[in-house]
Amino acid sequence: MNFDARYAAQSFKSVGTRPIRPDGVDKVTGRARYGADFNMPGQLVGCILRSPHAHAKIEKIDTSKAEKLKGVKAVITATDLPDLTNGDAAMYDILDNCMARGKALYDGHAVAAVAAIDARTARQALKLIKVRYKVLPHVTDVDEAVKPSAPLVQNDVFTAGVDPRPTKPSNIARRSQYGHGDVDAGFGKADIIVECSYRTEQTHQGYIEPHACVASVNSDGTAELWVCTQGHFVFRQHCAGLLGLDVSKLRVTSSEIGGGFGGKTHVWIEPVALALSRKAGRPVKLVMSREEVFRASGPTSATSIDVRIGARSDGTITAALATLRYSCGPYDGMWAEIGAMTAFACYDLENVRSVGQEVLVNRPKTAAYRAPSAPMAAFAVESAIDELAGKVGMDPVALRIKNAAKEGTRSSYGPVYGPIGIGPTLEAVQKHPHMNAPLGRNQGRGMACGFWFNFGGQTCTDLNIGVDGTVTLAVGTVDVGGSRASLSLVAAEELGIPYEQVKAVIADTSTLGYNDMTDGSRGTFSSSMATISAARNAIAVMKERAARMWDIPVKDVDWEDGHARARGKKHGNLPPLSVKDIAAAAPKTGGPIAGHSELVADGAGVSFATHICDVEIDPETGATKVLRYTVVQDAGKAVHPDYVEGQYQGGAAQGIGWALNEEYIYGEDGRLQNPGFLDYRIPVCSDLPMIDTQILEIPNPNHPYGVRGVGETSIVPPLAAIANAVSNAVGVRMTHIPMSPPRILAALDGKKAG
Amino acid sequence: MSAIAVSTTINGDDTEFLCQAEETLLDVLRDRLGLTGSKEGCGTGDCGACSVIVDDRLVCSCLVLGAEAEGRRIETIEGMANGEDLHPLQSKFLEHAALQCGVCTPGFLIAARDLLEKNPNPTEEEIRFGLAGNLCRCTGYDKIVRAVQDAARVMKGS
Amino acid sequence: MQYERPSSLKDAIGLLAKAKGNAFVLAGGSDLLARMKSGHVEPDLVVDIKSVKGLGEIRKTASGFAIGAAVPCAAMGESTALKKAWPGVVEAANLIGCKQVQGRCTIAGNLCNASPAADSVPALVAAGAKAVIAGPGKKRTIAVEKVVTAPGRTSLGKGEIVVAITLDKRPSRSGDAYLRFIPRTEMDIAVVSAGVNLTLDQKGRVKSARVALGAVAPTVLLVKPAAKAIIGTKLDEAALEKLVQACSVACRPIDDKRGTVDFRKKVSGVLAKRAARIAYKRAGGK
Repeated sequence: MNFDARYAAQSFKSVGTRPIRPDGVDKVTGRARYGADFNMPGQLVGCILRSPHAHAKIEKIDTSKAEKLKGVKAVITATDLPDLTNGDAAMYDILDNCMARGKALYDGHAVAAVAAIDARTARQALKLIKVRYKVLPHVTDVDEAVKPSAPLVQNDVFTAGVDPRPTKPSNIARRSQYGHGDVDAGFGKADIIVECSYRTEQTHQGYIEPHACVASVNSDGTAELWVCTQGHFVFRQHCAGLLGLDVSKLRVTSSEIGGGFGGKTHVWIEPVALALSRKAGRPVKLVMSREEVFRASGPTSATSIDVRIGARSDGTITAALATLRYSCGPYDGMWAEIGAMTAFACYDLENVRSVGQEVLVNRPKTAAYRAPSAPMAAFAVESAIDELAGKVGMDPVALRIKNAAKEGTRSSYGPVYGPIGIGPTLEAVQKHPHMNAPLGRNQGRGMACGFWFNFGGQTCTDLNIGVDGTVTLAVGTVDVGGSRASLSLVAAEELGIPYEQVKAVIADTSTLGYNDMTDGSRGTFSSSMATISAARNAIAVMKERAARMWDIPVKDVDWEDGHARARGKKHGNLPPLSVKDIAAAAPKTGGPIAGHSELVADGAGVSFATHICDVEIDPETGATKVLRYTVVQDAGKAVHPDYVEGQYQGGAAQGIGWALNEEYIYGEDGRLQNPGFLDYRIPVCSDLPMIDTQILEIPNPNHPYGVRGVGETSIVPPLAAIANAVSNAVGVRMTHIPMSPPRILAALDGKKAG
Repeated sequence: MSAIAVSTTINGDDTEFLCQAEETLLDVLRDRLGLTGSKEGCGTGDCGACSVIVDDRLVCSCLVLGAEAEGRRIETIEGMANGEDLHPLQSKFLEHAALQCGVCTPGFLIAARDLLEKNPNPTEEEIRFGLAGNLCRCTGYDKIVRAVQDAARVMKGS
Repeated sequence: MQYERPSSLKDAIGLLAKAKGNAFVLAGGSDLLARMKSGHVEPDLVVDIKSVKGLGEIRKTASGFAIGAAVPCAAMGESTALKKAWPGVVEAANLIGCKQVQGRCTIAGNLCNASPAADSVPALVAAGAKAVIAGPGKKRTIAVEKVVTAPGRTSLGKGEIVVAITLDKRPSRSGDAYLRFIPRTEMDIAVVSAGVNLTLDQKGRVKSARVALGAVAPTVLLVKPAAKAIIGTKLDEAALEKLVQACSVACRPIDDKRGTVDFRKKVSGVLAKRAARIAYKRAGGK
């Protein structure tokens, strides 16, 4: 059916309220079932053997002893996952990452796996597998990897996007470029130019729930997979493709998900579990340890970024240029490209160019992490903007307002903006009491802006009306942070019924049409659009049923406030029919009542945020304490404000961890030194202050309620906001993230030394 | 190696189980007794998702052997509500939206209950340090701290 | 793996003395179980000493305190008398890991795990604490700093168990303090740490002192020149500066995932200075 997704102003009854989430009681009582909380009859335990080397040729794998161990039901290597990718390079990389084919490309790369009757036997079996490696030279550092002398991670990668094609292979897999205008001419017009290089270290999403799944493959080619994922439909396609199963014969159920932040948008252990189950003829449960999560699931990129910005003495930016090198792990990605697209997206620039380089290194395959690639680019650019403000002698907020993008601005990555929130967030920050609060000794304040695209994508929902008038909403976007509550509010709003009468569930892949995954902040944006569409379709059915009940033409039936109403004087004395009334009569008026929707949610509406941060530095130890933190972000329309605030606060907290302490530390041997929560330091409760939020609502013209994605933008400004605050506190520009105490102390010493 | 027979009390119920020597209490709760409310986030005592009470002490069940449960009193998230009635902390976590993904929630609730039993009137700082052994990656802790503050208020009143 | 829970010390020693393969004492288990999980150790035998009579108690003795090897650190924080006499030691014990870990971990275990970064050890060394060791031979008592010989290694013989840590009775005008540097506020391993214990004379001058540093050498260091720097002083700036210098000179740190040589050298002195000020104040110094 036709669906008009355009924004229409309205007053809301349900949307914008803060009810308790439908999955809440299960989650506070321990009943909610996550990836590792599910079991199947006859289930085996799977375990994966991983490479201890950063880079090595796998000369021989002898599994014979492991196979003979009592209780072992299957042992697999890459040969049990034959290459069915048919020339699809991206799929081949996924396959190779799930199980090394000939070469181990990072410390932690899977090389073999076993399924056994219990964990003890499986662990014993792993020890009996003998792998003969020929260790190869490795490179883990992004700047080292681009040097001509660096060891090659892949022997056959020739930089794409360069004309003519290079004649020699290198670790730069691809070059991308964005921008417009004449950058050289722009710098020519500048009175002041700032130029600096920045580095950020690799971080992990750090979800508390390790990857987990239960796989069961039957001899008739049907299969089931229970898994914690951000996108079970995408997992189905990838797994079916890699295993050679028919897509529709693999039923994937998404468990409750214990955090993902992008890291659960990629398959890692699932094809392995399915291959083990196929070989063993029994269900297999496979759960990563925390160490495996760090060593072998996707961290974000380490980066090295050069920025050059020129401005006239009145603060108008005349040219902006950035070169961004992002590590991708051993496979080509689009991480530097996204960085290049987002780097200058906050500003209205006449001359701008950004160049991205995807750099291969012997580290785990880079995965998406909340607004992937944008925080590092924002760190570099927003640091440079602060430097520029200092040189021009302007207030950093005023300088940003002067150059901010607005409706009609051609963005640095191409499209022309509609109504956007960068100006309003900056103005809100300028007026915010936080900006004028006094600061003490060794304290500093910083602010910074951030941008994220937001995605839409393929979406499908079913809305079924029960015989008692209550509603089941089946959606296919995994709920990562409260979207079932938000979508229930939307269904209640459209139908005109109380929130409590709607129950939203996440349907499995066999009971609902295809949905893209919950990424790109699309969950609530796109599924609410589909929910509105499905509800309106259900209302159309209910109007027909009411017409039948009244025996009047359907064109005379209106829908208002959860009731069918007969229009016109001739039907004047017909009392309105509620959803409950219509539902009760459904068996006699044509059967079940439902509304369905399948759509591609276009026009996700870009999102901007501006953050303010106060820090205090201990000048003798270099320790940083975050004293105060404020997030101002445009939500378009906050459907459930609690969970919008939650996204703002969670993204800010992750950004604070990234800015100050989190980093992957590799030894000279190419091995990860800190694969655990003790030494990979995500913020603990006592590290943080309350995180204040201010929700702005600048309606997205492409959504009926004006909703924009809100999940990711909040992690974009913190690196820069905190770097600006620390730099202001210590009087030295901090150019290396994380700003760990040794780095800050070294900077302070450098300053003293002059 | 033959299994070890253990008699213990879990959430007030006498419980017997067999386990292997190296199995942790967390393994036993989850894999042998079906009490999957305690979560394994790390297995090394660094995240608090498996928090339980053993003889009135807050511990990570991943750092306790199953065999050590012999003769002790174990309390888990599954015993926190009184039938249909949620504990005030559970209600306040819901009201304040103090959970997003919810996987850390059982551990936080057990730790927060222990905190409020020992210190019914904690400052924000005492709450933050008292819950520092529980990692949450979704919320930034803001709403968790507020829920605990509100629960403390309610519990004092009752 | 075999798990045993003897109820007598004799049985515990007997099991460990005749054990073949890897035998471990399980007190709190917060190190042992974490190391088992990561695959760093694979015990053949684990002897749980929590049921051994007397090991779960903090006893006030004629000469001071005896803290049983199975006493969780959380219990030390609940002992008013111990906290009053040795606030620095209790502080150190209550900094290990987090509340959950403190519900399990013990100072005897923290010592025997033999990590250079163990939180309670610099405080114990500064306090002049002793380890009571039982084994197949004669019971012996040695200074805590004599227990650890290298990272992961102790001077304990086969079958020997540290059964208690003893702390002396306090002379009046005494105070101790422990500080560590961690990048977070909790849940971390010390990057560098310092324990200071001192006693003042009637005029408020430092009469005796012990300064210990953690995570700056293969074992916890007792830094005598650092103590000497403050003895006879009221912790004036010059004395503290000498203390800082003595600490930095004594450090023999390494660069690792937790910190750098430079950082550890600088911060060890800073922490020792700050801990000295706290201890001085606790001793009644002004």
